[in-house]
Amino acid sequence: MAQYLMSVLDDRTGSVTPEEMAAITAYNTERLQGEGHWVFAGGLASPEAATVVDGRGGEPMFTDGPYLESKEYIAGFWVIEAADFDVALRLCAEGSKACNRRLELRPFLTR
Amino acid sequence: MTHVDEVIARVHREEWARVVATIARRVGDLDIAEEMAAEAFATAVERWPSDGVPPNPGAWLTTTAGRKAIDRLRREVKRTEKHKEALMLSDTPEPLGAIDDDRLRLVFTCCHPALAMEARVALTLRLIGGLTVPEISRAFLVQETAMGQRITRAKAKIKAASIPYRVPAREDLPARVGAVLTVLFLIFNEGYLASGPERETVRGELTAEAIRLTRLVGELMPGDGEVAGLLALMLLTEARRAARVSASGELVALGDQDRGAWDRALIAEGHALVRARLASGEAPGRYQIMAAINAVHTDAADVRDTAWSQIVALYDQLVRLDPSPIVRLNRAIAAAELDGPQVALAEIDGLPLAEYHAFHATRAELLRRQGRSAESRAAYDRAIELAGNSGERAYLARRRGELGGG
Repeated sequence: MAQYLMSVLDDRTGSVTPEEMAAITAYNTERLQGEGHWVFAGGLASPEAATVVDGRGGEPMFTDGPYLESKEYIAGFWVIEAADFDVALRLCAEGSKACNRRLELRPFLTR
Repeated sequence: MTHVDEVIARVHREEWARVVATIARRVGDLDIAEEMAAEAFATAVERWPSDGVPPNPGAWLTTTAGRKAIDRLRREVKRTEKHKEALMLSDTPEPLGAIDDDRLRLVFTCCHPALAMEARVALTLRLIGGLTVPEISRAFLVQETAMGQRITRAKAKIKAASIPYRVPAREDLPARVGAVLTVLFLIFNEGYLASGPERETVRGELTAEAIRLTRLVGELMPGDGEVAGLLALMLLTEARRAARVSASGELVALGDQDRGAWDRALIAEGHALVRARLASGEAPGRYQIMAAINAVHTDAADVRDTAWSQIVALYDQLVRLDPSPIVRLNRAIAAAELDGPQVALAEIDGLPLAEYHAFHATRAELLRRQGRSAESRAAYDRAIELAGNSGERAYLARRRGELGGG
């Protein structure tokens, strides 16, 4: 079993419709929790809420705003567990359909 | 070429994929597999002229590449558990069936949908076809360093994402076979009608390689109708290659080709495949339908004998599977032979293909048949502007030149 991050790509946040939310909930409970793929998931506040923190020096530095300015950003994410990449890819395709947005799939580093 | 050179060239064609595939499974690393296969062949070039060709060249190469892989892994300072496992696995003899599975695994891994299309094409030609990086670079007019990087990046993604090295699960299989066929068809088409302006019109080495690879995939998946359909489609297309380009390098339209120059053996093989698919009684996929269309074309000794109603009926079937504008354009071209240019023009009007040269070339031909020369000329102008291939541009320019005044 490996863990994967599925990031939701969007240019808005908190914009999910009731129909999309219903599809996401069904996907989460039936597919992910029901079949043992669920680890964690959540929606994120927009990048305007972001603070970049650099604690490497003596005094921590706080910078307002996102590290990267781009139209699209990560509006939410899932962490899933899957037997292999192909299974994760299939789950990701279904997740994208459920939330009606594009997803980016990345494996966690192992070891 | 000496006898041994010839044997080595033949063994390279026949055994390369098997050697790479077997080593890749043993060590779980495509990079090492590719390198060790190349080294094993280099050793053969060195040794076989004096030692003689071994009785089973493929087994010799796999064993040699396997030993080199073990040596390589032993030399590596950091040995992971996986590598230790590989060392233990490496001397087990393989049953023949498993080796075929290895090649199929390799095909599916190289054509994995998580890789960029151009990377899939390059990986397939390198790891399964055994073409060198300079050969692939030349075929696609890409700098060698760029092509090398493309292959390296693809291998790195396979490793980092742990793209599995195996035949896909049953539920993924139809889509994944489709992805493999897309890659093979793309290689074929790039050879059949090169996309770049300064390229040869038809490049036989790419079409031949695509056919060879499709034959291999067909041997590995004998029950798959679409693989057989794609092979038939390629053979029936390749059969017309010699007649497709004039002595001056101009593309020759299907109706104007010297049908005596068509390759009868390839046509016979293609027809046999199409007949076998029809006899199977299974619903055909798009490659089988396209092959059937080409079978009807190649059945006619003269273009005037073409069974256009059959072709239109097959296109109707194809449109139901794939209602894309390009399929509808091709259907209209065939329908023009039955219903006349006016009906065909009405059918293609409004297709969202304004940037596609064949759309304008088709309109130009249909307008010409209606005697609408000025509109036809404008459509040729647009087609020539958009056509990437110089042989095709030459053909279109000549057709435009033949238009009457006005």
